[in-house]
This record gives sequence, structure tokens and C-alpha cells, in this order.
Amino acid sequence: MTRQVITANRLRDGDVVYLAENGRWTPWLDEASVAETAAEAEAFMKIAEESEAACDVIGIYGMPVEGERLEPVSTRERIRAKGPTTRTDLGKQAEPDFAKRA
Amino acid sequence: MYQYDAYDHRLVRERVAQFRGQVVRRLKGDLTEEEFRPLRLMNGLYLQLHAYMLRVAVPYGTLSSEQLRMLARIARKYDKGYGHFTTRQNIQYNWLNLEDVPDLLADLASVEMHAIQTSGNCIRNVTADQYAGVSADEIEDPRIYAEIIRQWSTLHPEFSFLPRKFKIAVTGAPKDRAAVRVHDIGLQMRRNEKGEAGFEVLVGGGLGRTPIIAKTIRPFLPKRDLLSYLEAILRVYNQLGRRDNLHKARIKILVQSVGAERFTEMVEAEWQHLRDGALELPAETIAHIRAFFAAPAYETLEAKVPAFEAKRFEDRVFSEWCRTNLAPHKVPGYAIVNISLKATGEAPGDASAEQMETVADLAERHSFGELRVTHAQNLVLPHVKLADVFAVWQALAAAGLASANIGLITDTITCPGLDYCNLANARSIPVAQQISERFEALERQHDIGDLKIKISGCINACGHHHVGHIGLLGVDKKGEEFYQITLGGDAEEKASIGDIVGPAFAREKAVDAVETIVETYLARRQNGERFLDTYRRLGLAPFKEQLYDAR
Amino acid sequence: MTLVSREGIQEDPWVFVADDAALPEGGAVVITLERWQRDGNALLARSGRLGICLRSDEMAEALAEALGHFDLVALEFPQFKDGRPYSSARILRERYGYTGELRAVGDVLRDQLFFMLRCGFDSFELPDRANVKEWMQAFEEIGVVYQPASDGRRPVPGLRR
Repeated sequence: MTRQVITANRLRDGDVVYLAENGRWTPWLDEASVAETAAEAEAFMKIAEESEAACDVIGIYGMPVEGERLEPVSTRERIRAKGPTTRTDLGKQAEPDFAKRA
Repeated sequence: MYQYDAYDHRLVRERVAQFRGQVVRRLKGDLTEEEFRPLRLMNGLYLQLHAYMLRVAVPYGTLSSEQLRMLARIARKYDKGYGHFTTRQNIQYNWLNLEDVPDLLADLASVEMHAIQTSGNCIRNVTADQYAGVSADEIEDPRIYAEIIRQWSTLHPEFSFLPRKFKIAVTGAPKDRAAVRVHDIGLQMRRNEKGEAGFEVLVGGGLGRTPIIAKTIRPFLPKRDLLSYLEAILRVYNQLGRRDNLHKARIKILVQSVGAERFTEMVEAEWQHLRDGALELPAETIAHIRAFFAAPAYETLEAKVPAFEAKRFEDRVFSEWCRTNLAPHKVPGYAIVNISLKATGEAPGDASAEQMETVADLAERHSFGELRVTHAQNLVLPHVKLADVFAVWQALAAAGLASANIGLITDTITCPGLDYCNLANARSIPVAQQISERFEALERQHDIGDLKIKISGCINACGHHHVGHIGLLGVDKKGEEFYQITLGGDAEEKASIGDIVGPAFAREKAVDAVETIVETYLARRQNGERFLDTYRRLGLAPFKEQLYDAR
Repeated sequence: MTLVSREGIQEDPWVFVADDAALPEGGAVVITLERWQRDGNALLARSGRLGICLRSDEMAEALAEALGHFDLVALEFPQFKDGRPYSSARILRERYGYTGELRAVGDVLRDQLFFMLRCGFDSFELPDRANVKEWMQAFEEIGVVYQPASDGRRPVPGLRR
């Protein structure tokens, strides 16, 4: 199967987040847990659903990634992971942490 | 301008408190997202790609200086220093926290604004001609009736859970600047044979997946019957509109499936029960609202202002701006000043907090404190003395707001697209930016003349692509952005839906394709023809040939 | 299920009877439109009171002639997003002058109660999870109305005159 991570938006501020180890949600894609098998994806999804029921996040879904550095496959997900392509001064791409990770 | 009385203030205050409670209940988990979603949407709050987005209503596109200053303040306090003016004369903020929204709404309420019914399956913010009250050709100021409809539709108990969203537009002039033929209900003011003013009622227009031009169901409706007739239309729709299929739920599908004639009969039958009842609009109610839209205290001026004419003669850049951005005002010595939000390389409709403040100051000093938002995503200073126009232009230029392109090819209508929107399939803003760069030379723009490009990032058509002279629709082909092009659309009196020219173009080819279309028009046009005239004369063939066969 | 009116929690004397179930001899029963259309005469011969429940796709107009036989009309919201019962309620109250109990059943949620009350509903079946006291505040949240409906409240344009 395609490798994937679980993504959602945080309920409180709407920020794009990814499921990381121990059920933690991170704003940074490189910290996300990667499901390599269908069984793993299903297990991650279960954790995410609990988190959604607990009102931490909304709109969970699996998102395919590729490459060692976890690049999203679709344009939509690349924009979610960085920010608007028309305003590179806004969104995750504008935060100091983003540059450090690149 | 309309001003709230104690009732209106109380309503928005209570609505803010109600929404504050809803947010608290959502955060506590008392409301599921499925239950909360329609509630937040009814208050204009979306979850987009990066954050929450709030759509604030600018009723029929009219704002005061004070309100625009508050919009700027909100952009700084809760967002990232800018806002986006939309094709429905509203403004959107893109980077909000859910928890902040009730406070933001309270700030809005302090300047008589709100976000009520800017989304959701209810009657949306009513739109109107941006030149209402100042154009010489109008029968009556449409804002009087738009305000009456705004009040009637606010928290309407019967029509808050319609099959789908519902948009009403009103124009008071024969020249349709409000795109009434592509709304669920379009109201066009007319005079009957006795000379009385009333409305032609058009129903079932719309864009989106199934673009349809509205049908006239009543050639003349007296003003006193406005609300009872609207209620009859809405009731028929609420009862019979489809609820089993999201894509077939708009009123246009109902009108299409039963036929305009049968639909009219159903409305008229329902109206027999409602007319002459509690919804009848007495003349004094209309007069009460009309008084708010009385003309400001214009000075008696000469129609010709030598100093203004001299500046136009001396300063070529100013003169070019005047040529496109001024419109005739009904009062001698005044002009309508259009402010383009389509500067080269910028996102169409975006304005920074600083720009909003500049415009608010100019409106205060030179336009009786009043301004307008247009459905083409620009701003308007409706009452500027010709003698002041040069100073206004200079101030606009200093703020990066003096683009001289109103109505020209770079004055695109563009939805936020995939850079922000959760529904989009492709980006829109970068395409608009490329077009603005490719056609930047003003001489060339003037040579091309009246050409409206409209760009949507998905089939929902927020960028009105179906009614662009050239329309671009972003589509997703296996993860790549492609753009389908339509030609010959028109949102005005002779409204038409554009024809698809052929297979979609890859992102890097889309603007080349637009240029090919423009060049084909320039080569084929006959004396004085606009793009639309040439297209209507020649049809798709020559454009198709140049776009596809020549390669 | 908890039955409330604007005054608070109410006892419910009504029994909703499925189409294939036998009718009790006496007592207040609520039947479907289908059963009414099939067995109308037999139903009228009973001694107990009669109520009827309409699905959201059944039009209020279907009851125009028969309304006098019913002491309760229940309108069902299959989902809270289905807004058809709001129109049915107003037609029953305003066009046919129905004055009996008008009950909202089905997916009845807190944030819809205000609209239901305005359209003429006067009893509400709330789900078990409802915090009744808190939910009933929904009736009072908005003190200003702009349009005439079935609740007799004076809309703002009239107040201004």
C-alpha cells in the first residue's frame, strides 16, 4: 500500500496537524507517524477517531506521502503542509521552525 | 445608510451571545461536529485548509468609514493583517481561531455588522447594484428593498433549514450590475404601464455544477407584495426542493424539473394564501427604510470642473485611471470612483488593513463617509466631488490602490481557490496573477477593451467562470491542476452561460491559451466590437482552431 | 425521550401506534397518515382521542379536510437539517387554523427549538441526553423577531410603527 499519515485540523484553531507517536498531534509533517501497512493505517485511524471524539481534532483522514522526507503526494496536501503558494509570508512556511526543518 | 435601532442592536447582541454558547458547547463536546457545522455555517464560519474562515456580511455592499476601519482592526487583531472581498460583496478572514470568533463578532456588532446567514442552507446576505443611489439610470435605490429583505430573512423560522443555500439579488436599474439572472431570486425594478415602480421577479438562476439563467415568473410585482411573494417562492422551494441529492437541491433544479410555468402556478397558488396578510409592506414601512438611504447633502456644483479637466490633460497616468475607474454620478460635479483591488501580481479582492484604513479615510473626507463593495471584488467611493478626484487618486496611488484597470482584462473575478479553500480542485489566484502580469501593459489592455475573465478553482463556481467572457475552471487531473476554458459567458441583461472550448489546459499553458483567445479576437474583430460581440458573431470555431488545431 | 412544552416537562398521554400493531380499545393514540387514509372510519368509531404523525415528505395539505378529528399532530424531523416540517407547521396553524397540540418529534435538537416554537410547535420530544433546563433556554435566546409567524409575536417592522 501507499505509505500514509493521518491528518486533521485542530478543533480550537483549525491548524493542520498530523498524528505522531503516542496519539500526539503535531503541526509538522516530518514528525508524523507513517503507516507502512494497512493494519498500521487502521490502528492509527482508531487512535485518531478517539481523539476526534474527545474534541481535539476534526476531519481526520489518511494522506499518502512519498520519499524519505515525507512529501505529500497531492498539491492540496502540499499547500496544507506549507501555506498559500501566493503568500509565502503566511502559514507554516513562514514560521521559524519550518525553515529549521527544511 | 441604514442605521440600527434598539431592536437591531438587540438582535445582533443576542445572536453573538447565542453563538458564544454554541462554541462553548462544541468545545465541551456537547455538540458533535455534525451538529455544530450547520450552526457555525449559519454564522459564516467555515473550516478551510489552514484555519477557520469567517465570512462577514456587507449587506448589499454598503459600508461606512467606521465599519471599514473596524474591518481593518479585526484583520490585525484576530487575523493576519488582511481580508478578502468576495463576489457576494462580503469580506472573509482566513486565519481565525474558533475561540476568538465570538469576540470578533462582538466587535463587529459594535459597528452594526454581523456574519448572520453568510453561509448555510438559508437565505444568504442580499446583494445589490454597487452604484445604488448614485447612478442616473435607476428607478429606485435597490438597497431600500434589499434592507427590507435582509430584515425579513434574518433568523426566518421557516426558512433556516432549506434544501440548499438561497441567494437573492436586487437591482434598481435597467443596466444589471448585480448579476440578478444568476441568482436563486433576482429582482429587477420595473415600471408598469401606470408608471408605478415594482419588480420583475426572476427565479432559478445559478452557477455551480448546473449553470442556468433565471426565468421570469412574474413580469411585475407591486412593492407592497414583495415579502409575501418571496415567502410563497421560498415555501414552495422548502417543501418541494430535493433533499436527497446535494447537487440537485438548488431551486434552479426544481424550476427546471417542473418547468417555469408549473412552478409559477405553484407560487401563485401559495401566494393566494399569503398575500394581503401580515407580510404586506405598508407604504410607511417602505418610507421608514427609504429615509435611511436619502441622498447626502450634495453641493450645487458645475458639471464641468476646469481644474479636474486640466489635471486629466496634464497627467497621462491620472488620465488613464480616470478613463476606466470613474463612472458618471447622477449629481453634476460628482463622480463615482472605483478602487481596483486587482494590482499586478496581487491576489484579486485582497486588501491589507492599511489599505482598508486609507480607503476609510478617503471615504470620510471625500465621499460622505460611505463606500461600496462590488461583486467584481473592488471598492467604490460613491460620491466624490470632481474637484477632489485628483487628490483621491494621489492618495490611492500612495497606497498601491490606483490600478487603472476597471472593466479591463486584468480586472478578473477570482475565487480563493486551492491556496485557501477546502473545496477547491486547483489554484485560482496564481492564474489571475499571471494574467495580470502577462497583460500588464495598459495600452494593450485598452486595445483589448471590455473583457471579463472569471476564474473558479472548482465547479462550485464562486469565481463565476460560467458568466465570464472568458471563464477558467480549475480541475484536478490525477493530482495535476488543469484549467477548462469557457467563452461567451455574460452576467448582465443578456445573460448567457459560456461554452466549453475544448479539453482543459495544463497549468503552465493556461495563460498562453488565454492570450491565444485574445489574439484571435483582435485579429477577427470588426469595427468597435467588444470581445463578447465578436464571439457571439463567430462562435467557438475560430478560437478552437487557434487553440487546438494550430498546434 | 422527554416531552416538554414551553412551560417545562410534560406527562405524555399519547401512544404512537405502528401501522401493523393493533389499536388499544381506548386511550389517546397517534397513527400515521397511511393508516388514517386506510382505516379512517374505523378509527373515528373508537372512543379514545386521535392524533396523527406526518413524515417530513407528507404535506400538511393532506390533512386539510380531516384536521377536526385530531387533538394532536406530530411532525417528524428525520434529521434536524430537514426543514420541511417548519412549513407544514405554519400551514396547519395559519392556513387551517389548527389549535390542537403540534408536536415536534424525531431529530429535535436544542438549537432548532427557537425556530420550531415560532412556526407553531408547542410540544417537543427531546432526546434522553438533553439537559432539559439548559435546552429550554433556547426558547428565550433571541428576543427580537423580524417576521410574522405562528407564535403571535409582533415583528420589528410592526413595533416601529
